[in-house]
Amino acid sequence: MKNKLSHFAIPYVIWMALFVVAPILIVVIYAFSSASGGFTVANFARMGTYAVVFTRSFKLAIIATIICLLIGYPVSYMMSKEGPRFQRIAMVLIMLPMWMNFLLRTYSWMSILENNGLLNQLFQKIGLIALYNQVFGTDLQYFRLINTQGAVVLGMVYNYLPFMILPIYSVIIKLDRSLIEAAHDLGANTFNVFRRVILPLSLPGVLSGITMVFVPSVSTFAISKMLGGGTEMMLGDLIEQQFLGGAYNPQLGAAISLVMMVIVVVCMWVMNRFGEGEEQAVMM
Amino acid sequence: MSKELIRLRDLCMAFDDEPVLNHIDLYINDKEFLTLLGPSGCGKTTTLRIIGGFATPTSGDVLFDGVRINDVPPYQRQINTVFQKYALFPHLNVYENIAFGLRMQRRPDPNDPTGKRKVKIPEEEINQRVMEMLEVISLKGFEHRKPDALSGGQQQRVAIARALVNRPKVLLLDEPLGALDLKLRKDMQIELKRIQQQVGITFIYVTHDQEEALTMSDTIVVMDKGCIQQIGTPEDIYNEPKNAFVADFIGESNIIDGIMVRDKVVKMYGREFACLDGGFAENEPVDVVIRPEDIDIVPVEQGQLVGTVTNVTFKGMQYDIIVDFRGFKWLIQTTDHSPVGARIGIKIDPDGIHVMKKSQYSGMFGDYSSFSEEYDELDDASLALDEEESGDEE
Repeated sequence: MKNKLSHFAIPYVIWMALFVVAPILIVVIYAFSSASGGFTVANFARMGTYAVVFTRSFKLAIIATIICLLIGYPVSYMMSKEGPRFQRIAMVLIMLPMWMNFLLRTYSWMSILENNGLLNQLFQKIGLIALYNQVFGTDLQYFRLINTQGAVVLGMVYNYLPFMILPIYSVIIKLDRSLIEAAHDLGANTFNVFRRVILPLSLPGVLSGITMVFVPSVSTFAISKMLGGGTEMMLGDLIEQQFLGGAYNPQLGAAISLVMMVIVVVCMWVMNRFGEGEEQAVMM
Repeated sequence: MSKELIRLRDLCMAFDDEPVLNHIDLYINDKEFLTLLGPSGCGKTTTLRIIGGFATPTSGDVLFDGVRINDVPPYQRQINTVFQKYALFPHLNVYENIAFGLRMQRRPDPNDPTGKRKVKIPEEEINQRVMEMLEVISLKGFEHRKPDALSGGQQQRVAIARALVNRPKVLLLDEPLGALDLKLRKDMQIELKRIQQQVGITFIYVTHDQEEALTMSDTIVVMDKGCIQQIGTPEDIYNEPKNAFVADFIGESNIIDGIMVRDKVVKMYGREFACLDGGFAENEPVDVVIRPEDIDIVPVEQGQLVGTVTNVTFKGMQYDIIVDFRGFKWLIQTTDHSPVGARIGIKIDPDGIHVMKKSQYSGMFGDYSSFSEEYDELDDASLALDEEESGDEE
């Protein structure tokens, strides 16, 4: 507090205390309370019942994160190699969907993926569905696109991909060109320059990209509700039900939230440790 | 010292139709310490980058051991580079930085009779060679440090070791001492020369610092505006500059208009001076270079020329005195103090006078009218800045 400018941080500290620390405390208190208000761990005892939902949520979030990484890294790398004009245009195109509301974007995917939606109409027109029926001896009117796990993953990838591209891109673009020249100079071909220099040095971007995609994916509820049709219930939906739905039970909801938060924090911690280890491993 | 290793033949280079190099012809001998010296934008860094393989000349050839290597990529050349800002890999420690080049190498398997199979260098050999280099650069015990935990001078030495460990035939150094402070720079100059003699390979060194060039080089190539102005030993360049540009760029020079009356006699200020130069046409206009330390101050009545002192600066070892001779200001370096305003006479021995042919640079240099102490240093700083920008070209 020696620095005079630190006074400007006070509103933020208050904000943090009111809207971050206090809510987490409330969640913890609720999670250990019974409906009548006494202390209990019964809420956690019921957690086993929801193991399926936990597994599904983490599975879909991991798949979405991996897909985002597989798409996002090459895109970031190629963007960084292009001219500044191309980079600006690409950046605008990546950001453009984010100027629209998240729910609207997901709604538009609904109308694309519906049984009578744009994609199925297209498949009908080009005869793809008829071809499929012929080959596999089925009698489909449409492909089942919406209300599947695939649709949920698609929704996650679509919504969170920019959060993977941006951190990776901003790390790669700042790499010192002379490092790449130095690696070439020391006998590294293009592949080795990438593997030994660019990849390890862009790892911090990859890690923050993974965090920024994985965390919202694992707790999402709107996407799974709209594109998963509620049949593929995920953690977010489950928690929502405890607070707003028919199964009203805020204590249980708080307990599930708490468990989810703990798992996510542990995942992130392990991954960051692994990240540091990776940096060492690349050296060898 | 005699075998030719690199030859640049009629090398031209242009960026966006802007010529950067004009018909460069140069050969570099094995085990030579050669310096490319010149102000920013003279083409010295571009020349280095062409030799290193980071730039492709617009026309002309680069020959290495008699073989044309224009199209050979950097990683296949027996040449390594020490970059201006070291370019050490920040994610690797000192040991791994130095080992990087060795880990990239593949050589024929000694156990394979066909000699086609390539193998990595074994770990023991890498270890031994890295340790050897750490000894050369006196950084033993630092192998597990990351580059950001080293001082500028130490990073510099790691960058040199990282290049040398590959046993290149040529080491390219692009203003490697530019970021160090003066004291460290002087130490590193001696260190670099020692390393060069110890490993016995060719060093090609780029700098805009004339003192650095004089201290370390076997051969100096003075460049300006994409052309080579003079090639020679440090002594040649200093004592026998080819034109006013070289005379001014290397050390301090008074450059005066003169007329070569006949061999060994030159006329300045309407007065004849004895000199040692010859081979000019009769009464040919020439540039005359007189180094400030070659001028003796004498009583007015004994002086070949008489002038007025306008400025005196104490420099420690000597006084820098600015003397006005009929409107043209000379710089004289002397151990004797003369007060401002004093009338003094000067005497110049014949071997202190150097006569040059007139060139495009005549009349541009060698007058100390605008002399001030800060002038040189400011100039140096702006040069260093410009050089960084020109290094980013492409």
